[in-house]
Amino acid sequence: MTYDAETLTSLKTDAAAIVARYPDARSGLLPMLHLVQSVDGYVTPDGIRFCAQELGLTPAEVSAVATFYTQYKRHPNGKYTVGVCTNTLCAVMGGDAIFDELSEHLGVGHDETTPDGAITLERVECNAACDYAPVMMVNWEFFDNQTPESATAVVDDLTAGKPVRPTRGAESVCSFKAMSRVLAGFPDGRADEGGVAGAPTLAGLKLAREHGWTAPAPLAEAAGEATASDATPATGDHGSSAERKPTTPGDAGQGGEKK
Amino acid sequence: MTTLTPVLTDTWDAEKSWSLDTYLAKGHGYEALRKALTMAPADIVTEVKTAGLRGRGGAGFPTGLKWSFLPPDDGLPRYLVVNADESEPGTCKDIPLLMASPQHLVEGVAITSFAINCHHAFIYVRGEVLHVYRRLLQAVQEAYDAGYLGKNVLGSGFDLDVTVHAGAGAYICGEETALLDSLEGRRGQPRLKPPFPAVEGLYARPTVVNNVESIASVPSIIRNGASWFASMGTERSQGMGLFSLSGHVTRPGQYEAPLGITLRELLDMAGGIREGHELKFWTPGGSSTPMFDASQLDVPLDYESVGAAKSMLGTRALQIFDETTCVVRATSRWMDFYAHESCGKCTPCREGTFWLKQILARVEAGGGVDEDIDTMVDLCGNILGRAFCALGDGATSPVTSSIQLFRDEYQAHIDHHACPFDPVKSALFEYTPKSRTGALAGAATLGGH
Repeated sequence: MTYDAETLTSLKTDAAAIVARYPDARSGLLPMLHLVQSVDGYVTPDGIRFCAQELGLTPAEVSAVATFYTQYKRHPNGKYTVGVCTNTLCAVMGGDAIFDELSEHLGVGHDETTPDGAITLERVECNAACDYAPVMMVNWEFFDNQTPESATAVVDDLTAGKPVRPTRGAESVCSFKAMSRVLAGFPDGRADEGGVAGAPTLAGLKLAREHGWTAPAPLAEAAGEATASDATPATGDHGSSAERKPTTPGDAGQGGEKK
Repeated sequence: MTTLTPVLTDTWDAEKSWSLDTYLAKGHGYEALRKALTMAPADIVTEVKTAGLRGRGGAGFPTGLKWSFLPPDDGLPRYLVVNADESEPGTCKDIPLLMASPQHLVEGVAITSFAINCHHAFIYVRGEVLHVYRRLLQAVQEAYDAGYLGKNVLGSGFDLDVTVHAGAGAYICGEETALLDSLEGRRGQPRLKPPFPAVEGLYARPTVVNNVESIASVPSIIRNGASWFASMGTERSQGMGLFSLSGHVTRPGQYEAPLGITLRELLDMAGGIREGHELKFWTPGGSSTPMFDASQLDVPLDYESVGAAKSMLGTRALQIFDETTCVVRATSRWMDFYAHESCGKCTPCREGTFWLKQILARVEAGGGVDEDIDTMVDLCGNILGRAFCALGDGATSPVTSSIQLFRDEYQAHIDHHACPFDPVKSALFEYTPKSRTGALAGAATLGGH
């Protein structure tokens, strides 16, 4: 490994903190790969060897994991990853046009980095913000309801080194390395930044407030239990709904949750 | 008329809704944990079973029943793992929940852990949501500082540690056994079942894996009682759930309603399909659930009714597409996703999604031949039920359902050697499509998916 002594010491301290979170050291591998990216900007051969050494694995075993996940970069990444969602819903709503515009504007294709090292452009998969489509992510912060013009303005600011603010997230986008450090589980103290949720997140709640719709009031006996400090939990009073519950695995089909 | 029932969403419009202080002041925060700690753990499991809470991550398996599958306590570790790897296309409920009020989940984790005697719980959140991860880390820390987590929770003698773990970009890790492999520091590939995680899960120990919304619903059940929860919803699909409307709808977003509400009712609340357009097709629960058209507008969105209509309630990810959308383009893009996300472990899924992607791309571009439609149906038949996990099965849903509903549209692409739709019309803004030269040409050929 070619890390200098200071870097290696700090890496080892952080790696030990990661491993301490888990009953089994190997569980620390994913956060440790994020940690390596926070120092090197991507998963370097040195980073692979470092993880292997810390966890008693072979470099091949670590590589096998690193190559499985799309967030681990195998070549130098830009300071900002700009990802345009081109999964079906965002693509149809305009994501394809946004990606094409950025690709032409920046002169790079998917998973390519601009010559100045500022931006790596990506097509990304569904990022759980479909109610804000079309969506763009910059270092995995949300840029909602984008257009080709708004997206171009964002990348121009990033290229010029100006601070850029996500629509839902921290007050400014941090660097790829800083982001990777948070993903390794080391908070950056910015959780309270950013205001209330966006309009789609609150759409149903707003309507409920306007109409005075609420969930049913708690039933009397349950509410009583909640306030009586020495109350014995009533466990026998649920017979009335017993016939309504699924009672065997066959009722719903055995299986796990698949998202 | 069904009305909305804000429970999980009820604090989202409060100032600093994500903080513990707000949760305590406005969300009855940790009242349920205090109550749970006075109950026998087995009674908590019974309460959740009686409430009828079913997995909100897609499969709909009864949550309390899942907990009760754990073998008798042998004094060695048992684990709770929360699946916050929300990645199913169209699904966007857990991420806004965690952004707006992560304490709902943290309290649910504490109660569930107490119920199953788990002393180390894990929250596996996808790595592509930086600010959500920040808020979750902070929420857990706040709960530790206030004594809701850690040694001797609220003086009860119960110890609980919670680790928030970030993934690194892989849809397959939403499959519970792949998630466990990933959490153990491996490639996220599904495991053979049985043994189920309840018997051999994380580190081969008894493990409960539940979705974020399932666990976040637990405090309300403990606080208000099973019969309160069961008073919402339908006979066998009880309680409230987040319905996520997206796509060509006037006011997309999160609508928390009793299970059994219909898309017609939800669309009324959301201002209808965008002005001047009409509904063409929609998914009830993400791209892996067979699509519907306007004739299913009145299907009650509960597990049984959606199942009877030959689809699945899934994650209540209602992706709405109007008449400007090319169903071949939509399906083709979903298949790019499945092919990209197939973990490669089993042949039907790895090879099947790869070939479906080629055929769909060819048909969409106007290069299809007449046999292509039947070939795809045949291919899907060779994947469905033969794949190692649900990813492969799910990949066939958009193909078979779209061919069933819109076979003529596939045929039109083949007959006219081109896509009959103008992509500009389905976008939310005006633009001029670019000719694919230079960097774009490369992007088109290789793609990112």
